Amino acid sequence: MTVLETTATDTTDTAATVEFRGLRREFGTTVALDGLDLTVRPGELLALLGPSGCGKTTALRMLAGFEHPDAGEVLVDGEDVTRVPAHRRDAGMVFQSYSLFPHLSALDNVAFGLRMRKVRTAERRSRAGELLDLVGLADKGDRYPHQLSGGQQQRVALARALALRPRVLLLDEPLSALDAKVRLTLREEIRRLQQELGITTLFVTHDQEEALSMADRVAVMHAGRLEQCAAPVELYGRPATAFVAEFVGTMSRIPGRLDGTTVEVLGRRLPVDGTAPAGDEVDVLLRPEAVGVRPDDAGDARVVASAFLGAATRLTVRLADGTEVKADLPTHEAATLGAGTAVTVSLPERPVLVAPRTTR
Amino acid sequence: MAGLNPGRAARRPALWRPLVLVCAGLYFLVPLAASVIFTVDVPGEGVTFDAYTQILGTEGFVSSLLLSLELAAATIAVVLLLMVPAMVALRLGAPRLRPVVEVVCSLPLVVPPIAFVAGLGTVLKWGPEHLSRTPLFQTFVAIQNPDFPVVLVLAYVVMALPFVYRALDAGLRAMDVRTLVEAARSCGANWPQALVRAVLPNLRGALLNSAFLTLALVLGEFTVAQLLGFRPFAVWIVNVSGSQAQLSVAVSVLSLLVTWAMLLALASFGGRARTASASRG
Repeated sequence: MTVLETTATDTTDTAATVEFRGLRREFGTTVALDGLDLTVRPGELLALLGPSGCGKTTALRMLAGFEHPDAGEVLVDGEDVTRVPAHRRDAGMVFQSYSLFPHLSALDNVAFGLRMRKVRTAERRSRAGELLDLVGLADKGDRYPHQLSGGQQQRVALARALALRPRVLLLDEPLSALDAKVRLTLREEIRRLQQELGITTLFVTHDQEEALSMADRVAVMHAGRLEQCAAPVELYGRPATAFVAEFVGTMSRIPGRLDGTTVEVLGRRLPVDGTAPAGDEVDVLLRPEAVGVRPDDAGDARVVASAFLGAATRLTVRLADGTEVKADLPTHEAATLGAGTAVTVSLPERPVLVAPRTTR
Repeated sequence: MAGLNPGRAARRPALWRPLVLVCAGLYFLVPLAASVIFTVDVPGEGVTFDAYTQILGTEGFVSSLLLSLELAAATIAVVLLLMVPAMVALRLGAPRLRPVVEVVCSLPLVVPPIAFVAGLGTVLKWGPEHLSRTPLFQTFVAIQNPDFPVVLVLAYVVMALPFVYRALDAGLRAMDVRTLVEAARSCGANWPQALVRAVLPNLRGALLNSAFLTLALVLGEFTVAQLLGFRPFAVWIVNVSGSQAQLSVAVSVLSLLVTWAMLLALASFGGRARTASASRG
């Protein structure tokens, strides 16, 4: 564990700040990055989240030095690295999958970077061994990549990325090729290592659960732009834009009428959270856990579907005007609400988010 | 044929297998056996190995074989130095150009060697006439030096392109070149290091295949060398067959065995290198 301690002290003192300034990149006619501004604080794990094609991977690859911006700059600790070639960027990277060198054993894979730096063989091997120990694979050093499971390969890749004590750790969807169980354990392990080493980390993912559970802050990207960058709780509770609201978590839209700073929805008048959009025809955005549903023979809403999620059951309810709302209920309560049951839908007395109307 | 098991033949579903094996074996072995018998069975003298013992002493054998091997080595070196970086660059930088390169590399299969050498001969004649007053004249003389005809290397490089392209393409297809290069680069390797340390070791099989196909091509090539007036191994065999029929057949049999031996050597070298690297880790 000596490597852990030395690396930890090395990096907490020197944890780097990363800044993207006005990054722009076009591939032919598609705009991958359309003026991205983002700052990663020292020692934090920042997740870049977004649908495929939103430019998150392009941004990561620009920090790694594999892509070059048409305009804008990348700064590490205030120093412009835009023109620095990839092998001098001092960034460790873990790829989606199959990135280990097939002709080298796990130990030699981890030692590859040290070999490039001309570190002596004995020192190289002992350090690679310590790193393998760090990711829990001390006994697998002589295995070749094809003899390791997917999860083990990604652990080796992580050890390899950390071998040169990089200032920044880049993770490009490292868990997406793994099965669900391995993904969960490796997720926790990456987070633990990252916190112990205190290394500034950029994590690209399209899986919102992964982003919300691991990251200090999540940057949601859409069409080459940053939509919102905030802590997971804030992102979920107070999404800045309609895109973030619907991309992160589940969100239902119900038409409402805006009246000053209040909105009329489902027969109630509720205050608006944040700034209200122009126009009085709006959609109210609702999380499924905020929607109450109870059986009511006189109700004009109908349950159309239910999905068992374990402790909770997600009901899809069709309102009188045809709008569908999703609601999470404790499973024991939802047991009596089969498809076709007449119900009423209620909202808590809390400010709600509104967005310009898009439904019908 | 030794592996043929009569017990298996009795089982009905597998009946066609030994049959095919016997047919194929006859097809290959009968001419070979006939050649061997022709070289060792001299009428009136009984069985003798004189034809084989004479080979080494025959004028031109060693020099022509050495010339062929040198040409093969030079051709392998040139074609690999040309094709490996080109194919990797193609994969990484311009994947859409691949069909173009594939067609260009396959052209030597379409153009018969006889047409190829006719064109080559025309240029070699035309060049010195028009360039006699320029330093290029010396170049034309130098590449036709009979001790080491560079022009043959150039011709063989072109003729080996289809085989080398196919072998390397198969090797590159089997791995994710882009990710390996990027992984190496993020580990602090510059471009040449990434190529040599991360890509080439995983291409070893493809490189050996290319080298062997090129070697076989150069050792057996007759048309171009003969028509340009050089005397490597294949040309020497044909020349010798006019005067000493038995000897030339003996040499053919021997060259076949030598080629097999080289194939085995290359294959076992590849296999040993793999296990050696496995035990090193």
